Amino acid sequence: MIEFRGVTKRFPDGTVAVDGLDLTVDAGKVTVFVGPSGCGKTTSLRMINRMIAPTEGTVTVDGRDVMSGDAAELRRGIGYVIQQAGLFPHKTIRDNIATVPLLLGWSRRKARARADELMEVVGLAPEMASRYPAQLSGGQQQRVGVARALAADPPVLLMDEPFSAVDPVVRESLQEELLRLQGELGKTIVFVTHDIDEAVKLGDKVAVFRTGGVLAQYDEPGVLLDRPADGFVDGFVGRDRGYRKLGFLSDELPLVELPTVGVGDPAPEGWSLVVDPDGRPLGWVQGGGSVEEAAVVPGGSLYEVGSGSLRSALDAALSSPSGRGVAVDGDGRVAGALSADDVLRALAASRADEAA
Amino acid sequence: MVWDWIPRNLGMIGGLLGEHVVLALLPVLIGLVLAVPIGWAAAGNRALRGVLVPAASVLYTIPSLALFIVLPAIIGTRILDPLNVVVALTIYTVALLVRSVADALGAVPSMVVAAATAMGYRPGRRFVSVELPLAVPVLVAGLRVAAVSNISLVSVGALIGVGGLGQLFTDGYQRNFPLEILTGIVMVLLLALVVDGLLVLIGRVSTPWTRVGANA
Repeated sequence: MIEFRGVTKRFPDGTVAVDGLDLTVDAGKVTVFVGPSGCGKTTSLRMINRMIAPTEGTVTVDGRDVMSGDAAELRRGIGYVIQQAGLFPHKTIRDNIATVPLLLGWSRRKARARADELMEVVGLAPEMASRYPAQLSGGQQQRVGVARALAADPPVLLMDEPFSAVDPVVRESLQEELLRLQGELGKTIVFVTHDIDEAVKLGDKVAVFRTGGVLAQYDEPGVLLDRPADGFVDGFVGRDRGYRKLGFLSDELPLVELPTVGVGDPAPEGWSLVVDPDGRPLGWVQGGGSVEEAAVVPGGSLYEVGSGSLRSALDAALSSPSGRGVAVDGDGRVAGALSADDVLRALAASRADEAA
Repeated sequence: MVWDWIPRNLGMIGGLLGEHVVLALLPVLIGLVLAVPIGWAAAGNRALRGVLVPAASVLYTIPSLALFIVLPAIIGTRILDPLNVVVALTIYTVALLVRSVADALGAVPSMVVAAATAMGYRPGRRFVSVELPLAVPVLVAGLRVAAVSNISLVSVGALIGVGGLGQLFTDGYQRNFPLEILTGIVMVLLLALVVDGLLVLIGRVSTPWTRVGANA
């Protein structure tokens, strides 16, 4: 557990980066610090591993004031993933990952074995071990950055805008990967971002900072989207917050049966869903006659029953050419169909539950 | 020209070459050892850099012959002591390298230094295992200039009787014997080329990461 108690950071030029911060980061959870530039989120993060010293107040990790004791020792016990990975360009991937174990005095062999193990954990091919960072793509470098931070198995992981320099597609896969890793490892993660979407996606709790280093709201993402504390938070979480909030509502959606056709089968009039022999959706065809593979229109996004949210259900309905969203089971087989109206009715029911 | 002068005097030429190498390169080594901490201090502190780098540049503008002659009075050596040349060239080396070291360390990406600090490196070890290796390419460039400059300056020492291959110039001039002067010029040139080539090689071998293709 990490605690900020009355923490203020004033820089020599008089700028107040963080102003009277009181905040408790829960152990084993992902806490996201989010806000516009100059809001003190990165400064706050860097006070946890003493890269920046607070002017007033105390930061404690597991009850211990970070300013007591040795700074280097403290940092070796806290994983750190920096913007743009910050890898050592002159060290191989394996040696980059082995950095903290070697600083802790592990033998070279043990440190390298640990590095190889972590490459597998973060999904890097073993042949990359002897390459240099410049030979890797941005997304791969970020994976190395995460592996390096995890190498000595620290209970706390600090991530400073780690995915800001990679393209949206890679960023999404890195986010998924982080959530998967966190599911296995259960670290106490503090994650800094300026992207509210990233914040609500990754955070168990989200702290919204406003310019001048003041904490505006600290809540679970669903609460943040539903009940912003003030105009600033409302403006920051954005116009789409109603839509985003769908992602945090559970799904008790009634599915209707969806007739399907295979390639070569005769299709009825109107839109029909084409499936492969295992019952997995291929796309849609319109009009009668025999179904030809070339005529299949790609389908919309799929809604996985049980694991999805109202957001993915609504998206499935809205993105389907036929207007009927395709629901699939855990194996990807068609389970039924739903419409946007079904989702909106479920939303109304969920609101009524909340009000009751 | 009396070409067989060269084979008859091979021993003498070899001795002068050896002397030249020591007089030119010993100051490069000592200068490097001195310039690294000074350059580190300059890279870490803007005010200090504002003093150290210009001061080093001014040192380099002192004419070498003047320095060779003034040094004995300052450090108490005899006028014909080879130490005068070594000390003078060490001063020039430091003057050249302080800026190189400061620039090289200043060019290490701040994100990399911050990452090293956050991993738990203490400043001394961080310097040796992160900042210094990354400074090697710029440092080698500075060393090449210093080494070649020293090889050329040693010859001036011949005017005070300690000049390695430079003695071939003074001797050949006094005896009006062009072949001896020519031999001196060719030897100095070859030495400079060989040393420069060796430094390039050392630089390449010690920085394998600079030659890998980006984004394989």
